[in-house]
Amino acid sequence: MFRHEWIEKNAILLLVLTLLTISVGGIVEIIPLFTIETTIERVVGMRPYTPLELMGRNLYIREGCYTCHSQQIRALKDEVERYGHFSLAAESMYDHPFQWGSKRIGPDLARVGGKYSSDWHYAHLVNPQELVPESLMPKYGFMATTPLDFDHIDKHLRANRIVGVPYTDDQIAHAKDDLLAQANAQMDADALMKRYPKAVVVPGNDRAPTELDALVAYLQMLGTLVDFSNTSPEKLQQ
Amino acid sequence: MPTKIEKDVISGRETTGQVWDGLRELNTPIPRWWLYTFIATCVWSVGYVVVYPSVPGLFGYYHGAIGYSTRVEVNSQVASIAAIRARSMDRIEATPFAQIASDPKLMAVAMAAGKITFANNCQPCHGAGGGGRPGFPTLASDSWIWGGKLEDIQTSVQHGIRNEDPDARMSQMPRFGVDGLLKPVEIAAVADYVLALRGANKDGTDVTAGGKLYAENCVACHGEKGEGKREVGAPNLRSAVNLYGTSKDAIIAQISAPRQGVMPGWNARLDAATIKSVAIYVHSLGGGE
Repeated sequence: MFRHEWIEKNAILLLVLTLLTISVGGIVEIIPLFTIETTIERVVGMRPYTPLELMGRNLYIREGCYTCHSQQIRALKDEVERYGHFSLAAESMYDHPFQWGSKRIGPDLARVGGKYSSDWHYAHLVNPQELVPESLMPKYGFMATTPLDFDHIDKHLRANRIVGVPYTDDQIAHAKDDLLAQANAQMDADALMKRYPKAVVVPGNDRAPTELDALVAYLQMLGTLVDFSNTSPEKLQQ
Repeated sequence: MPTKIEKDVISGRETTGQVWDGLRELNTPIPRWWLYTFIATCVWSVGYVVVYPSVPGLFGYYHGAIGYSTRVEVNSQVASIAAIRARSMDRIEATPFAQIASDPKLMAVAMAAGKITFANNCQPCHGAGGGGRPGFPTLASDSWIWGGKLEDIQTSVQHGIRNEDPDARMSQMPRFGVDGLLKPVEIAAVADYVLALRGANKDGTDVTAGGKLYAENCVACHGEKGEGKREVGAPNLRSAVNLYGTSKDAIIAQISAPRQGVMPGWNARLDAATIKSVAIYVHSLGGGE
């Protein structure tokens, strides 16, 4: 009769059988990724981040916003009712790394874009309790006075292209112009809008873009890109 | 090293045959209840794999015997709750405001829907109960910028203020200081006159110069006595309720480089009946006309 003891008492046999068992799980999960064309839904509207949004995203990560805010509306009735359409994989396809998060101390931000005015975001980030007295959020006023360090913005775009974000040469060449155009409402944003539809120009100031400008531009874009007017679970099926 | 397996006298079980400093270990099997539970979960998992989407394949995945999908399920849940709400919400959408007010049941539904929608969407700017926050209008007073009738509120919620919506409420105060329309002394004079309009000119400053400039530059929108004009969203300058402060510095700042508040339009996020409910709720906060 088979005794498990035989395996336990023979180190080589234990090692070989352990490897075999684990590799089954690995093969079943990994092999399909090479043969399936895509695991990301086909949707209309997704585009890479504008240079200013990208900088804002970096700041979002630097300040650890993900430790309190998720960016993932789960397919649950209550979340869909409160935040809108459930999140799609396609919506974070240009995120390296994604910001889904799992701590939900603050509200989910997956569709916060356009929900409030840019003025509100500035005031709220500087002093959250002024607008929402019961808020636990820290104050980020220093970002309003810290100039944005964007000297290497074209290299940020290039680095993202290396990991698969389809930035064009045109977008990389105009990275700095686009960043400045989005960070100041007084500037001409036509070229920016052509390269990055639905970009939100933030009020900014007449001097230099601040870190807060970048963060607000990023927040105002979240969840606004995909056109949901013509989708259904069946159509989203890959 | 294993020596020999013995039978333990007290428990009647076999030992593992190993001895450490004279200590021997019983070879007690896993409890039966644990073993049966383990086998039961294995059997359960087979059923689960068959019924629900489970195994990935080379060109897709096994969709499961009942074709379950969380996305389909959540959509049907949302649809079924919407169908239940529709009994009242459809009536709210179809009924004019005046008739809703005379139907206590419908009014209760509208107030409940309006309150919860307000808390989720409007409160971050306008404050709980519409109390307003610095730079964001209070909705609980009769000092309306764009009008406080139910229809006015409904339009404001639908299309918002100064946004991309072509039907949004639009108004643009000139940047008198930044664009050089008035000199700094002139702006200060106008600010003095505005303070006088508010009855706050306590030291009796001469405001005739400011009054002249006010008549030339401000009257068209803010009115002769600073009473404001709702058609163009020009606020009442004499109201105790204000957006950006009533100190002379605050008034100068607003004339020089006016802050132009933006409100998103809610047509895309909220349906017509919900917007109507929000209007009814906001109207009830204290300032409704």
